[in-house]
Amino acid sequence: MAYQNIFTQVQLRGELEAGVPLGPHNDERFGPFGTSWLMGKLGGAQIGPVYLGKLGIASLLAGFIAIEIMGLNMLASVNWDPVQFVRQLFWLSLEPPPAKYGFTFNVPLNEGGWWIAAGGFLTASILLWWARTYVRAKELGMGTHVAWAFASAIWLYLVLGFIRPMMMGSWAEAVPFGIFPHLDWTAAFSIRYGNLFYNPFHALSIAFLYGSTLLFAMHGATILAVGRYGGEREIEQITDRGTASERAALFWRWTMGWNATMESIHRWAWWFAVLTTLTGGIGILLTGTVVDNWYLWAVQHGFALEYPATGVVDPSTLPGAPQ
Amino acid sequence: MSALNKFVAIALPALLLAGCELGTKEQEQVGYRGTAMVQINDPDSKAVVGEVPAPPYELTAEMLAGQKSKEAYENVQVLGDVSVDEFNYLMQAMTTWIAPDGSDIPNAGCAYCHNIENMASDEKYTKVVARKMLQMTRTINANWTPHFGNQENAGVTCWTCHRGNPVPKNVWSTAVPDPARLTGNKRGGNTPAPSVAYASLNYDPFTDYLAGKENIRVGGKAFPTSHVASIQSTEKTYGLMMHMSQGLGVNCTFCHNSNNFAKWDDSRPQRVNAWYGIRMVRDVNNNYISALGDVWPANRRGPHGDPLKVNCATCHQGVNKPLGGVKMLKDYPALKGAAPVAAPAPVVAETPAAAETAAAETAKPAA
Repeated sequence: MAYQNIFTQVQLRGELEAGVPLGPHNDERFGPFGTSWLMGKLGGAQIGPVYLGKLGIASLLAGFIAIEIMGLNMLASVNWDPVQFVRQLFWLSLEPPPAKYGFTFNVPLNEGGWWIAAGGFLTASILLWWARTYVRAKELGMGTHVAWAFASAIWLYLVLGFIRPMMMGSWAEAVPFGIFPHLDWTAAFSIRYGNLFYNPFHALSIAFLYGSTLLFAMHGATILAVGRYGGEREIEQITDRGTASERAALFWRWTMGWNATMESIHRWAWWFAVLTTLTGGIGILLTGTVVDNWYLWAVQHGFALEYPATGVVDPSTLPGAPQ
Repeated sequence: MSALNKFVAIALPALLLAGCELGTKEQEQVGYRGTAMVQINDPDSKAVVGEVPAPPYELTAEMLAGQKSKEAYENVQVLGDVSVDEFNYLMQAMTTWIAPDGSDIPNAGCAYCHNIENMASDEKYTKVVARKMLQMTRTINANWTPHFGNQENAGVTCWTCHRGNPVPKNVWSTAVPDPARLTGNKRGGNTPAPSVAYASLNYDPFTDYLAGKENIRVGGKAFPTSHVASIQSTEKTYGLMMHMSQGLGVNCTFCHNSNNFAKWDDSRPQRVNAWYGIRMVRDVNNNYISALGDVWPANRRGPHGDPLKVNCATCHQGVNKPLGGVKMLKDYPALKGAAPVAAPAPVVAETPAAAETAAAETAKPAA
C-alpha cells in the first residue's frame, strides 16, 4: 500500500512551529492556531502562523470593497431579494460602462461607474497582494520568482480590464464582473474579432497552458512515483547513485531519451506558467487594436485552411435585395 | 474506504452527470469533414413535428370556378376573387386552425371573429385582425418565397403558426425597459431567460433585430476599419442566434462554418433562407401586426404595450422545417396570393439553389 500516496499519508503532529524570528521592521504574525486533519490530507497539517502585515490588510480591505461593490450591485439588480440573488447568482453581472462613455472616468455610478470603482479596488487589492508576495519572499531570503509569475497573470488581467479598453478608447470592451456574463463576453469577443483561435498569441497561450498541465502531470507523477525512496527530498539526492532522484531521471531518459533535472523541471514549469498569461495578454491586446478579424488575417498570412466553397452568396449583395 | 469516501465517490459523479441526456444521439454530417459541421440530436428531446389537419372537404375544379365571393357576400375585401365554395372552405379551415369548435376558447367557431347575426360586420376586432393576417399570409407566400427555397407550394397557412390557438404559442413583445436606478436594473440581460436559451445574454434581441432593422452583422475586415460593433451588440446578435437555434432545433453549424461565422462562402444555403426569414419576420411584425395599431386589445399586448409579435419559433416551433415540411399550401390556393404591385418582390437568389447540391456533395463522410 506504500505506493498509494495520492493523498498525503503522514501527518506530522507535535509542538506547533512558530517559524523563524523576524526583524523589528516586520509586523506581528498570527498563530499558529493548531492542526487540521483535513488540511493535513492536502499538505502540512499545521495552520498558521499567518503574516498579514500592512500590505496584507490593505489588500484584503481593497478586495473586500471590490467584492462588496460587485455583490451589492448584483443584489440591487434582483430588487434586494436574497433568494433571487442566490438563484440567479451565476447570471448576475456588474457591467462596464456602455460604449457611449468611451474611456473616461466621468461615468455615472449607475451606468458603469460602479464597475470602474470595483475594478479599481480589485486592481489595488491585487497589486498590494503582489507587493506582499515580493516583500515576504525578500524577508525569507528567497528569490522573487513567485511575485514575477504572479505579475504575468496580473498583466493579462490588466490587459483585459484596463490596457486594451484604454487603447480601444472604450470601457465597453472590458470584461463584466459575473460568472456567466464573463463567459458570454469571452464567446462574443471571439466572434466579434473573427475567431480567436486564429490569433497566434492565443495559440501560444493555449500551448503553454496545456503544456503546463502536461508538465505538472509528468513532474507530479514522477516525484510521487519515487516517493518510496524519499523522492520529495529532491535536491539533496541529485549527486548520489540509486536515489529516487536518479531513478526518476533514468525513467525519463529511458522512455523519451532525455530527462529534465531536478532543478530544470521547475524552470520548465515556471516558464510555461508565466508564458501562458504573458502570450495570452499580448494576444488580447492585439485584438481590435491591430487586428480586427483574426480569421481574415490568417487567410492573408496563409495559415487558415481553405475549405471548398459551398457556393452560397451573401443575399444582401444581390440586386434588389430587401433590407 | 470510509462511508464518507464511498458517499462522495458515488454522489459526486452522479451530481456532475445530472444534466446529461442519456441515450444514443442521432448525428448527421452537414458540411465539409473536419469542420464539426454536424447536427446532433437527442431523439428523446427532439421537438414533436405537429400534425396537419385534413382539409374540410375536397375542393373540385367546379367549386373553384363557381360564383365569386364578392358577388355573394358583403364586405369581402381580401378574398373577393375566390369562389364562394373555396371561400367557405377556407373559412371552415380557419375555424379549425384558430378557434376550433368544441375547444374551451370563448366563442369558438365562427363567432370567434364574426357577429353571427351579421357575418359581414367588422365589429369584432378579431375579424379585422383576421383580414390583416390573410393579407399577411398572401404576402408571405407570394413575396417571401426565397425563405422557402423557392419551392412550389412551400409557404404558410394560418395553421403553421396558430395550431388551433387564437394566439400562436411562441410570440414576443418588447421587454419592459430597465429602470434608470440600480434597483431592479438587469441591463436587459443577466437573467436565466428562455428567449436566449437561458444564457445571460440580452433577453430581448427581437425589438432591435426582428422589428427594428439594426445591423445583425458584427464581423469586420482583417484590420481595424471604421466598422465598430461593440461586444454588447455582438452579445445581442448572439442572443438572436441562440433564439434561432432553439426555435429551429438546430445548432450553429446548421448554417455557419464556425471557423468564421461571418463568411458566406463557407456557409450552408440554409443561412440564405434564414437571412430572408429575418427580413420576412420584420415585414410581418411591422407591416401587418404593429400596423394594426389600436385594433389590438390590452390582452393581446405585452407589458410594454406593443402587440404580441412573431419570431422564428412562432412558425418553426423547434423544428427546422415547420410541420416537417408538409406543403399544406397546395390545398389552400386562396392563401397563395399574388404579389401586390406596390411592394417590390425580393430578388430570388439563384446561387443558393445550385449550392444545395454542392453542400450535399461535401456532406459525404470522409473516405
